Amino acid sequence: MDFIFIFQQSISAAVGVNAIIFALAAIGLNMHFGYTGLLNFGQAGFLAVGAYTVATLVVSFDVSLWLAFLAGIGTSIILALLLGIPTLRLRADYLAIVTIATSEIIRQVARSVTMREYLGGSDGITGKFGAEFFDLNPFPNGLDTPLIRFTPNDLWVVLVGWTLVALFVFLNWVIMRSPWGRVIKGIREDEDAVRSLGKNVYLYKMQSLILGGIAGSVAGFVYAISRQSVQPDNYSTALTFFAYAVLILGGAARVFGPVVGSVIFWFLLVFIEQFFRQGMSANLIPDWLMNNNQVGSVRFILVGVALMLLMIYRPQGIFGDKKELALNARA
Amino acid sequence: MLVHDESTGSTPRRDAALAALANVEPVAGVSKPDPIVIADKVVRQFGGLTAVDVDHVEIQRGSITALIGPNGAGKTTFFNLLTGFDKPNSGNWTFNGTELANVPPHKVARMGMVRTFQLTKALFRLSVMENMLLGAKHQIGESLLRAMLPSLWRKQEEANRLRAQELLTRFKLDAKQDDFAAALSGGQRKLLEMARALMVDPELVMLDEPMAGVNPALTQSLLGHIKDLREQGMTVLFVEHDMDMVRDISDWVIVMAEGKVVAEGQPDVVMSNPAVIDAYLGAHHDMSLEEQA
Repeated sequence: MDFIFIFQQSISAAVGVNAIIFALAAIGLNMHFGYTGLLNFGQAGFLAVGAYTVATLVVSFDVSLWLAFLAGIGTSIILALLLGIPTLRLRADYLAIVTIATSEIIRQVARSVTMREYLGGSDGITGKFGAEFFDLNPFPNGLDTPLIRFTPNDLWVVLVGWTLVALFVFLNWVIMRSPWGRVIKGIREDEDAVRSLGKNVYLYKMQSLILGGIAGSVAGFVYAISRQSVQPDNYSTALTFFAYAVLILGGAARVFGPVVGSVIFWFLLVFIEQFFRQGMSANLIPDWLMNNNQVGSVRFILVGVALMLLMIYRPQGIFGDKKELALNARA
Repeated sequence: MLVHDESTGSTPRRDAALAALANVEPVAGVSKPDPIVIADKVVRQFGGLTAVDVDHVEIQRGSITALIGPNGAGKTTFFNLLTGFDKPNSGNWTFNGTELANVPPHKVARMGMVRTFQLTKALFRLSVMENMLLGAKHQIGESLLRAMLPSLWRKQEEANRLRAQELLTRFKLDAKQDDFAAALSGGQRKLLEMARALMVDPELVMLDEPMAGVNPALTQSLLGHIKDLREQGMTVLFVEHDMDMVRDISDWVIVMAEGKVVAEGQPDVVMSNPAVIDAYLGAHHDMSLEEQA
């Protein structure tokens, strides 16, 4: 077994593009769910809107990539408003239903035949729409060390991506320790109490939905640019639930929760996969037990088991405070 | 600082409130010399049930007014309507002369009409101090953009913190200020909720069953705090079931039954009113079962 290779793959995944995408998506969910108590089950929709806005504008309308990024943030704000205006006045569960439905609607529209001309149908959009970004890459050789390995393009995406993550984490930290953050956390605890103290709860929930949505759409940018393509089925509800897994793994309502969660999630996923694949090629795992095609599913089973164990023995996540979690059970 | 004389309960503000109400006729819907709230024809129906149907009621400024009545009389619903937490089918009411129908709850609170809840709403996973600070008005750092620049709001935050500390000391919660609110006892949560409401600088404090679930040892201190609100110039309207407490601290009593104001008056007058006794105990409570049949 080539353990160096296993670790190289796992560590590269832990700090790689997918870890960035899920960290950003989970930072958005942390704002929604962790701090404000908004049950957004449609984070994939925000990623899709960000990714598709960029890809469509550059490929079909020849817009500059930088303008397309701005437009992507704009469309995610519009999506947040569309979701929030009818539902944020209602009980929390309505938002959950509406968001999960909306993210599926977005995916179905993206893969529809009617919109094929602009959104590419079920094939999605491929093309060199990230060219303007990769032209700026100062690392023509990429990175190739025994423990970590990136292609030139990936290295550039990873560096910019983690910078974005750091930026969002910092912003998150600043606003959550301000009076604004206090109102947001108060809403999570009991929005009527916050209302009775003269705060416009609706406005705050809307701001939270928009902020977390922007983080989601930036995750969508990274998704689209890193692959130079967008595929509608990448933005299914599974993406949302993996982002939740990442958030809960790291610890909700913690600034570094989503980041640490994402790094661990991707490390585990790739480590388990590579471990089995190496074990198979070295004939350490007999064929009747597992074959190469089953590895993809088995790794999710094992990650699922790991998450269950985490929920049993450390329900607050890696960073969470168990005492604080216990308080949630209303006395 | 408690200024009332323990022996007679007499204080300047109490005497003033009693004097102002002394000559008001104890009749449901009577007008008061200086009302802070005037409600007219407020109706709230839930399906076929009329929960509130208040024809006319006024709350005297600077007094402690008790709102009593049997379970299901519509007291809490009336509270919810007045504070904007529920919308009436019809009716209007004013606070300090400002029309309040259809005004959302947060604006009602900003105007100076602040309520507490029957089931205490301490914000559990916020510290006691954070609970308090949430109440402060006009906070610069509560705007998202300005929140990002702490230098803009730090000074105001400090001032609010000092004020919160003073209130917490008054309510004997200062030792708990860094604990999560969930760590407080039921009675302490009631105290916290009242202290937090005071952070909003209210003119009218509306307490929904402030004594419910409070152990007797804390009752006296809670009563003292309510009387103190009047001494500081605030008006108090509270819902309560405990008749001894109502008699002890209120200057005026309003009785609701089946959604209507059925009686009001000075505490002693109301307590001896047969209509009130009927409302509480049933119309035929003094008859034997044979007579009722």
